[in-house]
Amino acid sequence: MVIDTQGLSFNFGNQPVVNALSLQVPEGSIYGFLGPNGAGKTTTIKLLLNLLKTDRGSIRIFGKELQSNRIAILSEIGSLIEQPAIYSHLTGKENLLNRALLLQVSEKRVNEILELVQLKNAENKKAGKYSLGMKQRLGIGLALLSDPKLLILDEPTNGLDPNGIIEIRELLIRLVSQHHKTVFVSSHLLSEIERMATHVGIIDHGELLFQGSIADLQAISQPQVYIEVENTVDAANFLIKQGFTVTEINDGHITIPFASKIQMAEINALLNRNNYPVFSIHKTQKDLEKLFLDITQKA
Amino acid sequence: MKGFILSFRSEFYKTRKTAAFWSSIILPLIICLLLFVGFFSHSDNLSKQPGAALWFQFAGAILGVMGSLLLPMLIVFIAYSVNNIEHKAETWKTLFTLPISKFSVYAAKYLYALFLVIVCLSLFLLFTLGFGNLLAVVKPSLKFNEYHMESFLVQIYFKLLLSSLGILSIQFLLSLLFRDFLKPMGLGFAATIVGVILAGTGWQYAYLYPYSHAMLTVKSMHEAKGGNAPAMPQFAVDLFTKDIAVSLAVAAGVFIIGYFIVLKKSVK
Repeated sequence: MVIDTQGLSFNFGNQPVVNALSLQVPEGSIYGFLGPNGAGKTTTIKLLLNLLKTDRGSIRIFGKELQSNRIAILSEIGSLIEQPAIYSHLTGKENLLNRALLLQVSEKRVNEILELVQLKNAENKKAGKYSLGMKQRLGIGLALLSDPKLLILDEPTNGLDPNGIIEIRELLIRLVSQHHKTVFVSSHLLSEIERMATHVGIIDHGELLFQGSIADLQAISQPQVYIEVENTVDAANFLIKQGFTVTEINDGHITIPFASKIQMAEINALLNRNNYPVFSIHKTQKDLEKLFLDITQKA
Repeated sequence: MKGFILSFRSEFYKTRKTAAFWSSIILPLIICLLLFVGFFSHSDNLSKQPGAALWFQFAGAILGVMGSLLLPMLIVFIAYSVNNIEHKAETWKTLFTLPISKFSVYAAKYLYALFLVIVCLSLFLLFTLGFGNLLAVVKPSLKFNEYHMESFLVQIYFKLLLSSLGILSIQFLLSLLFRDFLKPMGLGFAATIVGVILAGTGWQYAYLYPYSHAMLTVKSMHEAKGGNAPAMPQFAVDLFTKDIAVSLAVAAGVFIIGYFIVLKKSVK
């Protein structure tokens, strides 16, 4: 395990922010750390980086106890926490050069990173004048600068446009598959995590609700078929009589569990043939909120 | 040690384009240049005076404002600037996730602030001597070449540096803890005014109050005035006085306390 915490707890005053968290992040994984805003994700990350003092529990990174091996461990970690920490009066390149000085990394590496995060054209522009996406990319570049074994990224795609999100996702997948890194990435978007993570941990109110591989999560997060029809109650009754399970009946739509694309076509034909005109039909993922309900109800 | 040197170099790299860095260079230059111009343009009146009086007026004009307000406020500003750069960029969290000990990061920042104070005071000294001697060359009617006070000026500036260490530690810690401008600046300004009043009125315990130390240093120079020949008075200054001892003790104490606060403090 690259990250292994046992019973990790942290209180903010009297209020527990992180409660008995036991994270297991295997080597070579992209670990998606999922939770709504305010769930304790950033606090957990700050605990992992020794920025906050652990109240109870232990943190082991690369098999070593964090507190007593702080510098050795930190030298193998690249991190991005909340908004990227950038000196706005320095250019993008100067920001990287400053960090390179502290980490004793060559200027050649700085140029490689500028290419990698596609800021070569803007390297001499003041970082304060960068767009949000450029700042985020620079932040990721700073995290990657020392070629660390473990990357800890807090919401790295915040503020990026769709292209930027795809680039970052592909970069992280490439780092893990080709360079054998381990990535710990937090997000509040399930869809985002599903697209890249190999392992997932779900946190809410400071507690870990789920931890496992992406396949385990997909088993829980069963896709649904969303059907928009005029008379939802009659249509639902009709489908139930035909042997389907209806999970939700609303004013405008009904949902049933997704089985296959063929079955989806059959349902469409069946409803239309029997005078329940279908306005739209498509496959959807359960949103995070419902997934939480599922997970908490199963627990 | 390596971490400390890297951090110190990084402090220079980060601030070399900021107002904090340049103010410690430009400020001595401008003030000394203004005095130079003043003496140059009023050379007719001043040429009657002996060299010793000229030098004393020239150097004393700077030392006077220095002791009362300039040096404390400069320190307040420098201490604020070196910390504010991290507050503003939200970079404390990156500094403390570097594979460098927290002590190195903290000590490098503190000593960098001290370095800026040293640069500024050294330049005041150099420009005072430089422009004084330049006046001797460009305006021989002013008798700047008749008298020398280099060794005295070195001593008084060195004492000013020592007297400023106590405030530097306090202001450094305040600026590290508070991210807004007003708290360290306001407290520093108010404390300096109180210090000037205490030292100015000659309160016997003023030496215990760090913000009075710069003023006390300048006053100690006046008290040391005296010499045998009236035309060639010799100035002296006692370097290690009670107030300097207090300044050094406060500097060391607050520096250590500050480190333990940094260790315990959660990084936002």
